[in-house]
Parts: sequence; structure tokens; C-alpha cells
Amino acid sequence: MNSHELTDCAGAATFPVMQGIRRKRSTKWMGAACLIPFALAGCITINAPEEPIVIELNVNIRQEVIYRLAEDAGNTIEENADIF
Amino acid sequence: MGDRMTKRLTRAVLTGAMIATAIGGIAVPAFAQRDPAYAAARAAGQVGEKMDGYLGIVGAETPDLRRIVNDINIKRRAVYSERAKATNATLEEYALTAGCQAILATVPGEKYQAPDGTWATRGAGAPMRDSRCP
Repeated sequence: MNSHELTDCAGAATFPVMQGIRRKRSTKWMGAACLIPFALAGCITINAPEEPIVIELNVNIRQEVIYRLAEDAGNTIEENADIF
Repeated sequence: MGDRMTKRLTRAVLTGAMIATAIGGIAVPAFAQRDPAYAAARAAGQVGEKMDGYLGIVGAETPDLRRIVNDINIKRRAVYSERAKATNATLEEYALTAGCQAILATVPGEKYQAPDGTWATRGAGAPMRDSRCP
């Protein structure tokens, strides 16, 4: 009984508002379908490298950071002469 | 009675001041020197300065060398960590910068790590350093 009622409600999709939504959706899909040929034409094939990718962490340290720290590091070495 | 008490008090204050001066004199020594074993290993080229700011063993490793190097590196790491925090840098950034400076501070005959990773002997000229070093 309950499910029957629900089906009846769904049947009310013939209201003009609902139809409006439906029409908009179909337009969107049409647009997407039109783009497919362009997407296929622009494909680029990339092969994964055979060797593992090694990232050198030190490379990420920028020169400007080293320049900023240089003076402080120089003082640290002088002040801790026993371990340098 | 009162006079004797004053004398005693004065003596106590003076003694206290003398002790404080003595402790102060001991607590603030001139810049500490290298441990003799470390200084010897350094001079002999058995240990060298690495690019990353730490000490490395050049050539054959012995338990004694490993102990010296580990001891120094643990102490260095503690200092780097503290200064990195104070300068708002990462430990690696600070250590690498200190490495630049430590390599520059080597004297002729001492070993250091060249940018290609090999051990080099410091000559009379400037050492070969990372291109980012100041």
C-alpha cells in the first residue's frame, strides 16, 4: 500500500516545474557529448618511467634560506668550537 | 655582643661573595677546545666535514672513530635543533648551512665532502662547496 502511494507521487513528475529541470539536464548531457570528440583528439600518452623516482630532499632547501641562516650558523660554530 | 655579631655577619657576607666569584670564574671559561682524540682524528684525515653539517668517517671505520663521530654528531644535532627553532628554520636547513660554514672553516690537510659526495683534502685555496653555499 505504502509503496503504491509513493509511486503515485513519482507520477506527479509531469508537473511543469519538474519538466523544466529535466530539460535542463538533457541540455547539459548534450553539451558533454559534443566535447567527447575533442577530448579524444587531444589525448597524450605518457609511459611511466622504468626506474624508481628518487627525490633528493636537500634540493628542496633554497639558497635564500641558507643565506638567511649563514650568519647565525657561523656564530654557532664559533661558540661551540669543541664540537666543530 | 652586638659588635661581635656584626663582625660575624660581615665575615659571612664576604665569604659568600668570594665563593660566588670563584664559581662564576669556573662557570664562564674561554671557548671550549676540541677533545684531543677528535682533534687528532681530524688532523690525521680520519674524519671529515660532510655537506649535511655532520662529521663523517673517511676510510676504514674503527670502533674508536665511530664513538668520536657519533658523540660529536649527537651534540651537533642538539645545537642545530635549538638554533633551527630560534631562527624559524628546519633542522636540515640549519644543518646544511652549518655544513657550508664548517667546510669553509677547515684548514689545509683536513678532509671535507665535495659536492659530488667524494672526500676531498682541503688545500690552500677555497674548498669545493655546494652551489647554494654563501
